[in-house]
Formats: sequence, structure tokens, C-alpha cells
Amino acid sequence: MTATSPAAIKAAQPDVLSSVDALIEGLAGVGYIASRRIATALYMAIHLQKPILVEGSAGVGKTELALSTAKLLGQPLIRMQCYEGLDESKALYEWKYGKQLLYTQILKDRMGAALSDAQDMDAAMERLHGIGDLFFSEPFLEPRPLMKALKEDDGCVLLIDEIDKSDEAFEAFLLEVLSAYQVSIPELGVIEAKTPPLVFLTSNNIRDLGDALKRRCLHLHIPLPDADLERKIVASRVPGVEQTLTTSLVGFVQSLRTLDLRKSPSISETVDWARALILLNADSLNPEIVRDTLNVLLKFEPDIAAVEPQISELLRRPAA
Amino acid sequence: MQGALEDFFRALRAADVKVSPAEAIDAHRTVEKVGFADRELFKDALCATLAKTSDEVIRFDETFETFFRRDELSFEPPPQGEGDPMEGLPEEAEASELARMLLEGDASGLAQAMEEAAQRAQVSQIRLTTQRSRLTRRLLEEMGLAQIESIIANARKLEGGGDAADRLEAGKRRLAQEAQRYVERQHELYASGSGKMLREEMLARKALNADGGIDPIDQAMMQALVKKMAKRLADRYSRRRNRARKGHMDIRRTLRKSMPYGGMPFEIIWKTQKIDKPSIICICDVSKSVAAAAQFLLTFLYSLNEVVDRMEAYAFSGRLISVNDILDDEHVDGAIFQVLRKIGFQQTDYGKSLEDFCENHLDSVDRHTTVIFLGDGRSNYADPRLDLMATIQNRARSVIWLNPEPESYWSQGDSVMYRYERFCHVAKTCNTLGQLERIIEDVLRTYVPH
Repeated sequence: MTATSPAAIKAAQPDVLSSVDALIEGLAGVGYIASRRIATALYMAIHLQKPILVEGSAGVGKTELALSTAKLLGQPLIRMQCYEGLDESKALYEWKYGKQLLYTQILKDRMGAALSDAQDMDAAMERLHGIGDLFFSEPFLEPRPLMKALKEDDGCVLLIDEIDKSDEAFEAFLLEVLSAYQVSIPELGVIEAKTPPLVFLTSNNIRDLGDALKRRCLHLHIPLPDADLERKIVASRVPGVEQTLTTSLVGFVQSLRTLDLRKSPSISETVDWARALILLNADSLNPEIVRDTLNVLLKFEPDIAAVEPQISELLRRPAA
Repeated sequence: MQGALEDFFRALRAADVKVSPAEAIDAHRTVEKVGFADRELFKDALCATLAKTSDEVIRFDETFETFFRRDELSFEPPPQGEGDPMEGLPEEAEASELARMLLEGDASGLAQAMEEAAQRAQVSQIRLTTQRSRLTRRLLEEMGLAQIESIIANARKLEGGGDAADRLEAGKRRLAQEAQRYVERQHELYASGSGKMLREEMLARKALNADGGIDPIDQAMMQALVKKMAKRLADRYSRRRNRARKGHMDIRRTLRKSMPYGGMPFEIIWKTQKIDKPSIICICDVSKSVAAAAQFLLTFLYSLNEVVDRMEAYAFSGRLISVNDILDDEHVDGAIFQVLRKIGFQQTDYGKSLEDFCENHLDSVDRHTTVIFLGDGRSNYADPRLDLMATIQNRARSVIWLNPEPESYWSQGDSVMYRYERFCHVAKTCNTLGQLERIIEDVLRTYVPH
């Protein structure tokens, strides 16, 4: 791999990629408020042409980062959702075997005519080898997300979502794609990307990923945001919300996170809650409205039961 | 800067952040890209290339701060207007840069000289606590201590040189202190990790039911080790799946099959799938007789539960209960405490517990199931119910017994281990983490039928 920057991306967006600060601004422009660490990791991923492995609990904006980056770079986003049992015929390519079978039939019908003027067996065999072998060729190839991403000549953003849900065998299979941006198809040989895609992998840490995979990626852990960052995110994602309401609702969520809950509310829950409050025309927080909308924030019954009696007290706490 | 980065990688490795050569190359490319000017950017960018888990990020941050921190040396310039500080020294002092810096209190100059000397003295190669004083000495020598000493000695012989000699002597003492602190910090960076490795090694060999069991300090480390092993065990099982899938045509084999039919795809071959999802049932003894090892056995049970999808966990002493919920809901310490409080430390009764198991849970044992017993097989002379053991063996794919007691104890006292042993595919002593590792590595691979 060379150390040059991806030319296509650079040409499209010269300013945004010039520095980390510019990247933060650019992301903010498409609605993603990034912390410095996030932006630095992304900056390095683009300039070193390495995949980036994003970890963090559910709802902190891992997938959103990839979506926003695609939007920012003006490149198509190709998304692949991982699940148990995912294999290369769904991830990479599949032969159009129906058409392949038809092709063998046609071939058989035509064979007599093609070989009729051959003098002897050797000549016929010669002729046979001379006929282009189309059976395993690109026209019969049905590309799946990974292959599509490699074939995008102007580059793209490839999102491999929830890689931890796939099997270890699939993880091993990804290594070639991630390190060399190429795939080997036994029948065809190696297919290489003209412009390496920008690859995001996301993981919820359901299982530990292998060292080989981690080694090939930059690593980014997105933590739950601090109050300041979260206010900015809410303001950017929910335009209609008033500043005082933002401050108090973010304060409330932040104090929820200090409690011992089964699943702490993350950013997406905060944003959903802000939207819900707008819909209900609430302009300030009071215990009743919090109680009514608590199920937006907390997704487990025991959590809701634990928080309910403390609502008024939590609301009185000064915003962090 | 190349050297400094290499040293930094070594410090990271000592702090248990894995840095492979490929990652080191990435780090160099990163540095090339971002430069050193912006400390935060430098740090974040290196962090993204080098630290690959959130634990490693924390250790990275700590190491980075220690490594790139340079304390201001505590040298002060002499009060103004006292003339040349070099006055009163013999002539050879004129040539000594170090003497000048010491007397003028040139902190940054001294710091730089110390870094250079440290490289020559190879202070960063420090491994052991006992090397500290020797390396401090080497560092000072590389900086030119011998020369300073001879200057002081000569100054004392000179008329009126005593004052200057005293000042230089004081400077030398401060320098020695600084050098000591410098070496101390290097030791912290490079050598503290090797101490941890040593402790891990000791821990792996320590008998788990020895007096006092495992030191509380080592608990966390043991949990990490056990978790690693449990994962390896789980990996071994999950890999034992038959390849291929359903709903897709196997084009290669179909064509081959069509040969006898004149190229007609007469027999279509599908990529058939038979996923063999292995499941594990783990039954753990937490009675009085295994009290010392219970902590370890439960940690293993907990870790196994974390890494294996289809796993059922039971614990017993007098009676047997399912502990899946506790293991799922609680943190490891809490879970162990809860299990022990609920059912731990009572009189063992293997027969009763097997009865409980067979009565309520036998349905979950089928030919995909591996049953793992963790316990000492001491049944207080109660009926061991070998018939139930035979039933379990008949139904299960394999039965594994890990016993914290050495084999020579298996037929002594109230132990019925040797009688149970007949019904196990594998029965092994498992008393140290090292043994556990070996069992997982070798025994299970070789003996477990599938």
C-alpha cells in the first residue's frame, strides 16, 4: 500500500480533509457533531487508507458516523449488515447459476456446428480450447456489497455493520478485503479496487474480535458524550428545540447515566426524547411529562421502575 | 525521533498494549502525517493506530502521559549581578560544558544533555529494580561526572577556589538526584510490565485450593486469564461446525454430476447445511469441601457463560439449582457472591444433586451436549447414584470432569471420584490455571468425541 492520499476523495473535497478541525466543521455541516478524538481517527483513516473499527454501546452514533461521512464526502454508501451465518455468497459474490446452466445448453447445441470442420480429434480439442471460456466470467457474476464496494471506481464508503455478530470464519474472510482492498475469486483470480473504499466496521462487543482483524484497522471507541457535546448534538439533530429545554433534558439524561441501570440511555435515546417532547409541546421538564415519556429513554421495565420514584429528585439536581 | 517512537512502543508493550510491527509501521506513517506540533492531535492519532480495545486505550493514555512528560529540572540560575559564576575555578573548567550549565542553572540545557546521555547509557533497556542504581551511575558518567569531580578536586587546591567548588558540588548533588528520578521513571515505563508478567506466571502455577486461595490483588488477573481460556474453549466448540449452507446451488458439483448424463444438469446439488450447534451444560460444586477452589470454579463458570451462547449453568452442594439468571444479570464478583450465598458451603450430596438434575433438566441433555462437571467428587458417604451418571453419559455427547484434587486423592476418604470416572470421557485434575490451560489446549481436542 502506498502512502498517497486517495486522489478521488481529495479532488472532491479539498478543504474538508485538510485538517482535523476542518473535518469537525464539515461533519457538523452534515449534522454530525464529532468530538476531537472521533474526527482525528476519521482523519487518519482517510489519509492512511485504513479501515476504521468503531466500538461503543448501542446508540452512540457508530453507524451514523459512517452515514454522515458518506454524505460529507459525497460518495455512495454501501452497507452490509452482518449476522450469524453470513457467508461470502451473500457478502461478496454469487454465480448466476440459472444463466450458467442455460449457457451450457446453448454451448452444447452450438458445439456440433463449431467443431464440424475439424479434421481430427486433436484439431477439435484445439478448437475447443480456442473458444473463449465464458462459463466462469464476470457477466455471470452477481456482485454483493463487498464486491460492489470494490468496483466503485470513484470510491465509496463501505459500512460493515455489527461485525461482531458474524462468525469468526467470516471475519477471517474479511481480512483480505480490509488489508489489500482486493478479493480472490477461485475461478477468476484477484479483483482489486481501483479506488480503495473508506471502510467502517462497527461492533457492539458481543464477542471479542480477533487480533488479526483489529491489527488491520484503526480503532475508535465512542464513549457516551459529556453534557456539552450532547447539548450540541441535540441542538443539531432536533432543530426546533429551545435552549433551556435542551439544557435541562440533557442534564436529566446525564444524571440518569450516573445511576446503576441495565441499559443507560445513549445519544439516540436523548435525541428521540427531545423529539418526543417537541411533539408533546413541552417547553420545560416537569415530573408528569418525564414520567409519561420515560419509556423513550429507558428500554427495560426494571430500569423504569427504579427511576420513576426518583424523577422529581433527579430533576432538581443542577444540570452538570 | 525514530528512536523515541521505538522506545514508546516498547513502553506500550510493557504496559500490555500489543504493538505489532505492522502497527508500528502504521504509527510511523501516522506521525509523518500529523507531525509533532499539536500534542493532542499527535496523541489521538497514535491512539487510533495503536490501541485496539477500550482497555488498551486507557493504558495507552497512561503510558503516553508518563512517556512524554518531562519534568522541569529544578535548577535555578544564580542571583543576578554576582559576576561570572565560573570565577575561581581551574582552567580545565572552561572547557566543560556541564560545569557551566550546572553553575548557570541552565535547566533546559541540562535536560537535553541528560536525554542524550541516557541514550548512550541505554537507560531505556532497564528491566529490573536492582539495575536502577547502576544505571543512574552510568547516566551520570555519560554526562561527564568524572570531569566535574576532578574540577572540584582541583578547585579545592586553588587559592580561593573553595567557594566555587562548594557551588559546583551542590550542583552535582542536584544533578545526581535528577538522574535518579529520571532512571526511576524509565523503570516505571519499561520494567513494571515485566513484573506483571512474572506475577501472571506465578499465578498460573499456584494451586487454587492452597491456603488462603488466591490473593485478592490477583483476582482480577485470574479472571482475565480464566476468561481467555473459557473463550478458547468456546472457540474450539464453535468451530466444530459443518461447512456449507442451504438454498444455494453447488454449481461445481452439479456440473461434475451432469457428466454422466451428457452434460444435462439432471441431478442438482445444493449446498446443504447441517449446523451442529454444540451446547454446554456445566454443573459446579460449591460445597464446603471445595470451598477454596469454588471461587476459581465459579469464575470459570462465569466466563464460560459469557462466551458460550448455548450454555446452561447449575450449582449445587446439597441440592442443585440453575444459576443462569444470576450469571447473566450480575457482574462477576456479584454473581459469585450470590451463588455462594444461595447454595454454597453446605454438605455435599452428589446423589441428591444428580437426582435434582435428572428430574428437572435431563431433557436439555442430548447428543449435542457436552456436560462439564466441576467438583471434587466427595459425597459424604451418601449414595453417589451412579445409575444417574450413566444415564447422563448415555444421552450426552461427552462428559468431562475437572477435579481440583490430585488423582492420588480420588479413592481416599469419601471421594467417589474413581467411581464417577468410569462415566466420563475425560476426567482430569484441574487445580491451577496452567493445568486448566493444558486441558483446554490438548485434552479436549484429543479426547472429546464428536
